Amino acid sequence: MTRHYTSRLDLEHGHVDLTHGGGGRAMAQLIDELFVSAFANPLLEQLNDQASFAVDAGRMVMATDSHVVTPLFFPGGDIGSLAVHGTVNDVAMSGARPLYLAATFILEEGFPLADLARVVESMAQASREAGVPVVTGDTKVVERGKADGLFITTTGVGVVPEGVEISGDRARPGDAILVNGSLGDHGVAIMSSRENLDFGSPVVSDSAALHGLVATMLDSGAELRCLRDPTRGGLAATLNELAQQSGVGMLLDEAALPVREAVRACCEFLGLDPLHVANEGKLVAICPDADAERLLTAMRSHPLGRDAARVGTVIEDDHHFVQMDTAFGGRRMVDWLSGEQLPRIC
Amino acid sequence: MKYVDEFRDGTLARGLAESIRRAADTGRDYAFMEFCGGHTHAIFRYGIPALLPDSVRMVHGPGCPVCVLPIGRIDMAIELAARPEVILCSYGDMLRVPGSQRTSLIKAKAAGADVRMVYSCLDALKIAQENPDREVVFFAIGFETTTPPTAAAIRQAGTLGLENFSVFCNHVLTPAAIGNILESPQVRELGSVPLDGFVGPAHVSTVIGSQPYEYFAEEYRKPVVIAGFEPLDVLQAIRMLVDQVNRGEARVENEFSRAVTRDGNPKAKALVAEVFEMRRVFEWRGLGEVPYSALRIKQAYAAFDAERRFDLEPRKGRENPACECPAILRGLKQPQECKLFAKACTPENPLGSCMVSSEGACAAHYTYGRHRAA
Repeated sequence: MTRHYTSRLDLEHGHVDLTHGGGGRAMAQLIDELFVSAFANPLLEQLNDQASFAVDAGRMVMATDSHVVTPLFFPGGDIGSLAVHGTVNDVAMSGARPLYLAATFILEEGFPLADLARVVESMAQASREAGVPVVTGDTKVVERGKADGLFITTTGVGVVPEGVEISGDRARPGDAILVNGSLGDHGVAIMSSRENLDFGSPVVSDSAALHGLVATMLDSGAELRCLRDPTRGGLAATLNELAQQSGVGMLLDEAALPVREAVRACCEFLGLDPLHVANEGKLVAICPDADAERLLTAMRSHPLGRDAARVGTVIEDDHHFVQMDTAFGGRRMVDWLSGEQLPRIC
Repeated sequence: MKYVDEFRDGTLARGLAESIRRAADTGRDYAFMEFCGGHTHAIFRYGIPALLPDSVRMVHGPGCPVCVLPIGRIDMAIELAARPEVILCSYGDMLRVPGSQRTSLIKAKAAGADVRMVYSCLDALKIAQENPDREVVFFAIGFETTTPPTAAAIRQAGTLGLENFSVFCNHVLTPAAIGNILESPQVRELGSVPLDGFVGPAHVSTVIGSQPYEYFAEEYRKPVVIAGFEPLDVLQAIRMLVDQVNRGEARVENEFSRAVTRDGNPKAKALVAEVFEMRRVFEWRGLGEVPYSALRIKQAYAAFDAERRFDLEPRKGRENPACECPAILRGLKQPQECKLFAKACTPENPLGSCMVSSEGACAAHYTYGRHRAA
C-alpha cells in the first residue's frame, strides 16, 4: 500500500517534531518513508499493529533490551546496530534460533531526521545481515529535554531446537569456561568516544550478532551447559551470576584471558579492570571438560570465534566465589563491579 | 604494554617471592605498613599476599585520600552542592562517600543538586568558563600528588580572571600522617602493634622526594623503602625491608629511583608553596586532629577559596559507632575484624570510608581478598 503525502520527509535538514508521534498523517509518513522502507519485509508491510506468523513446534524464547547508549554513533557501530545485536544475542544465548524482532523508538523533539535515518538504515542492515527481520514496532515522541535524542527498545523471539538445554544453573565442578574472543572492546570504544575523556584509541566496538556462532557451536556436537553474553559488568559480572545460579565457584587463569593491547592500555590509563568492561559481541560458554577442545575448534572455525580461548575451570566452592590466578603468580577474587563504571554504555 | 609489563613479570615475581621467603626464614615475624592506597590496591589486585610467607604481614595504612576525609568535610561538600547557584565538581570516588545520616553526594545529586564528576581540576575550570552564571566549586582532595594540579588550576583561574570558580580545599600531607601513626602509643610505647617498617609512597614521593622520610628512619628507627605502584616494585621493596630489619638497619631506601629523587620536583613544590599554606590543624578520619597536616589556600588567592567565599562553618560529623575505619586506618585492625565488614558494609552500601574507594583497605580486601578468609 502506498500513501501519498504533499511533500516527502526532509531527511536531510528536518527534525523530529511532536506530530511525528501524534498518531496523525505525519506519523504515518515517518513510518512509511523511513521505517517500513528501511526494514522492508512482508510482515511489516501489512501495517497492522502486530505481526502474525507461524512458528515451528518447540520451546519459544523471548527477550527484550533497551538501548540508551551515548554517543549514538561510536567506533564499530551505533545505537541501531547495537539494538539488533543486543536482543538477537539475548535470544541466542538460550541456544535458540532468533526469528523476529519488534522495535520501539522513543524520539526527542528536535532530533535530526538525518541522524534518525542513519540509525534506522544501520539497524536495517544489521537485521538483514542477521537474517532476523523487524516485523512490528512503535514510535513515540517526547518534548525537548525529556529524552536524550533517541532511545530504542527491541524485543526478539526465537525457537530452541530439540535437545538443546542451556541454562545458567547447569555449570558443574570440572567444567571448562570458554570465551569467543577479546574482552572489553565495546566499553573502551564507547569511553574513548565520550567527549569528556579526551583521548583517542584504535579500539572499535565488538558489537555483533552471535547466533551464527552459537549454531556452529551446537552443530559441533559438544554439550553446552551455559551460554551468556558478558555485556554490562563485563566477564566478571557474568561469571559471578553463573557461579551463583549454578552454586559453584570458578577459577580463571589471567594469562589465558584474551585482551587486546590497546584495551589493556586504556584500562590501565583509566584505572579500570578489563574484566569489568562491557562487551557486545562476546559470549561465555561452559561445557564439560571432555568437550572443551571440540567446542574450541568449532568456535575458532567461525569468524566471530577466531580468538576463542579456554580461560578457566568451574570448581567446587560453597561461597560461589570467582577467583583468578594472576599472571603475576598470586591469586585473587574477581568480584562484581561495584557501583557504576560508566553509565549508558548500551 | 611497554614500561608496564616489565614490572608485572610472573617469572621475576616468583623468583623474588622465593628470595623473600628465604630471607624472612629467621624465626621472627615482620609487619610492614604500605602507607599508600595505591600499594594496597596493587597488593590485592595482583594477589601478592599469596606470594608472601606467613611470617611477612602487610598492614594497610591511611594513604587513601578518600578514606581519610572526615565526615564533617563530606557534609560541608554536600551543603555546598545543595546551594542552587553551585555546580560542585568532584572526582568520582567522592560521590559515594557516606556523610552524616546516610547522605552522600550521589544522593544529593539524585535529589537535584548539580554535582558533576570530573577527571581533573582543569575540567572544573572549563565548566566554570562555560557557565558564567553559576558558582563552580572544585572539591579538591588528595595528598601531595594532586596538590600541584589544584594549585595550577587556581593560578590559571586568576590569570583568566574567572570570578565564578573556587576550590573547597582538602589537600593533606603524607609525612604528618606517618608521624602521627608512629607517635601513637600503640606503636611507640606499648608495641601492641608491631610495625617494622614502611613501604613508602610512590607518586607522592615524586613530588616531595625521599628526604622527608629520613626523619622517621632516624627518629623512630623504622626503615622506609620508597616503592613504585607496580607489583614487582612492591615485592622488591618488601625484600629490601626484610634485609634492613635482618641487618638491624633503619634507613630510607629508594626502590622507585626511576621516578623519585631525594629532593623531589622543585617546580611542583614551588607552585604549591605559592598558592597554599599549612593549616594549624586538620581532622583526619581515623587519626583524629593532626597538627600541620593539611593545606589551605593563601590570602593572596582567597577569592578562589570556597570556605571563605561561602562562609562555610566547620562541621563535626557523626561516625557509625560500630565502624572500625579509625582502627583500620591506623593499622590496629584488619578489615575482617570489623563487625560491619561484608555484612552491613559493602562496596554497594559503604558505611565506612575504607569501603568506598578501591584504594581503601576494606574495599580492596572485599573485592580481591575475601576468599582468603573464607
